[in-house]
Amino acid sequence: MDWEFFIELGLGGLTRGSIYALIAIGYTMVYGIIELINFAHGEIYMLGAFTGLIVAGVMGVYGFPAFAILLMAIVIAILYCAAYGYTMEKVAYKPLRGAARLSPLISAIGMSLFLQNYIILAQTSDFLPFPTLIPDFEFMEPIAHIFGSTDLVIVAASAVSMAALTVFIKFTKLGKAMRATAQNRKMAMLLGINADRIISTTFIIGSSLAALGGVLISTHSGQLNFMIGFIAGVKAFTAAVLGGIGSIPGAMLGGLFLGLTESYAAGYISSDYEDVFAFSLLVIFLIFRPSGILGKAPVEKV
Amino acid sequence: MTFSGLVKSIVTGLAVTAFCVPAFAADTIKLGVAGAHSGDLASYGLPTVNAAKVVVEKVNAAGGINGKQVELLIQDDQCKPEQATNVATKLVSDGANVVLGHICSGATKAALPIYTEGKLIAMSPSATNPVLTQSGDYPTFFRTIASDDMQARLGVDFAIDKLGAKKIAVIHDKGDYGKGYAEFARKFIEEGGKAEVVLFEGVTPGAPDYSAVVQKIRRSKADVVIYGGYHPEASKLVNQMRKKRIKAKFVSDDGVKDDTFIKVAGKNAEGVYASGPIDVSNLPMYKEAIAAHVKMFGTEPGAFYPAAYAATVAMLTAIERAGSTDYDAVTAKLRSEFVDTPVGKIKFNERGDAEGVGFSMYQVQNGKYVELK
Repeated sequence: MDWEFFIELGLGGLTRGSIYALIAIGYTMVYGIIELINFAHGEIYMLGAFTGLIVAGVMGVYGFPAFAILLMAIVIAILYCAAYGYTMEKVAYKPLRGAARLSPLISAIGMSLFLQNYIILAQTSDFLPFPTLIPDFEFMEPIAHIFGSTDLVIVAASAVSMAALTVFIKFTKLGKAMRATAQNRKMAMLLGINADRIISTTFIIGSSLAALGGVLISTHSGQLNFMIGFIAGVKAFTAAVLGGIGSIPGAMLGGLFLGLTESYAAGYISSDYEDVFAFSLLVIFLIFRPSGILGKAPVEKV
Repeated sequence: MTFSGLVKSIVTGLAVTAFCVPAFAADTIKLGVAGAHSGDLASYGLPTVNAAKVVVEKVNAAGGINGKQVELLIQDDQCKPEQATNVATKLVSDGANVVLGHICSGATKAALPIYTEGKLIAMSPSATNPVLTQSGDYPTFFRTIASDDMQARLGVDFAIDKLGAKKIAVIHDKGDYGKGYAEFARKFIEEGGKAEVVLFEGVTPGAPDYSAVVQKIRRSKADVVIYGGYHPEASKLVNQMRKKRIKAKFVSDDGVKDDTFIKVAGKNAEGVYASGPIDVSNLPMYKEAIAAHVKMFGTEPGAFYPAAYAATVAMLTAIERAGSTDYDAVTAKLRSEFVDTPVGKIKFNERGDAEGVGFSMYQVQNGKYVELK
């Protein structure tokens, strides 16, 4: 067996998987708390990428170093997208809180279309170049042909933000309140937790991670348009389901699992069928383990 | 005038007219125009009718061809093969001398056996299916547009002869256009035997990352990558190849010969090769053809108008040079003598494809596509 090729594909899958995981967390957190599949989540990711592009464009004119631009682009994209996520929840989902489950779902699809068309109108429907904001590190040069600086930054940023999220959920008061709300919203409210605030926080965190993903991936792929959120969203959603929707470690695991599967399937079989493998995996999971890798089978509440 | 006198003169008049008709008919050159003039694809066929009208008006005003006026026989096939056979039969029985058309490859293919049997030249401005000329089944068929595989042929020849490629990776975007190009490219490389196809893969449009394919390109040790598809994937692929330090040259098609590609791929676009249509917009005859359309119809011409104009001119010129509408004499002229048209100076090869029409190779140099002569 050709180990070098195996490792190369593994590293490629790791980058790809981290990207999926970052976006999948947004899906899974929202689902965990209000049992809604937020179809507009991919669009938040796209908005993040566009915000990053605008920041990078403006700062590029003033000649800031690339890394400063990257940090600033990420910070502003996160703030901007967090505001979008917060507003989106208030506008599209909160009024439908008590409605049948299908209504917020349709509202989410509407939101997604709205945001795509908003970008077409406000920006463009064309492909735009995204500047390379991650410089080539000197120390990465010996292995740049298999694992570049961009890959390193993406994997590291995902790992750090996921670790931070885990600590936040596990050990802070707000995190505890979040878990309580996810388990049983009514009970949590009876115990004095402000569920509305928890839901808003969830949207803010999910959107921030999507924004981070948007900026990092765009600088990796070097381009963006208004549709990038769609495919990324579908793949991330698949990852969330694979990992067990509602479970945060599950989303991380699902993202990596999906990324590695795609990479190895493309490498050893054929990239012609990359999506076929991804979605066959989803179908197999839905048949044999519908609750995903880490998900718990729902307990019927009597 | 008495009553009988009136009858006599009517009879005489009728007799004269009756004698006139065949004599007059023999004195016109009948140009059949077949294509989609109604239905979904009318926008492909109507510009050809306009082209024929423009050229014929000009020719007739100048005294016709060899002293004969040119007459149009316009027939609508709606791009439907079953209609096309009817149209072809009708044109043959109406005594058309040459046919401009058909428009769609499918309809053209259905009509050609009838023209072959009737020894009638048919020249299409738009049917690009390679089989029409390459099969050798239709000796009466000509076209003034490059066939679908011409770009792939150009790309492969360029990669092997100019770039000295020995190992070629062929990548496509799984779409009709890109995959078609890639499959022709693979076929030509294998037939040529001078280089080998070391990788043949499709990429998924819209995927955030192509690292698996990029690693396969590295492993294949390809010195040239031939890509079939459009610019968004091409720029992503080139960017990721260069990021992973792969220096293989990149050759692609008309879908990549787009300024957006240069804008998006930035400095990595430098040195990329892409084929595109030969630029004819500066030819005086091209400008003249467009101006004539605007004058006659008040609008800018539609699809395939320059090619249709070129086909009409080529056929009429060949008839003029041959001095008759005899099939053998006219084909000989079409194949041997160059004619000036809005798409350039062309003549036809044995198979009926126009030489001098089609694509040339461009390279990105200093942020611009430059035609390589």
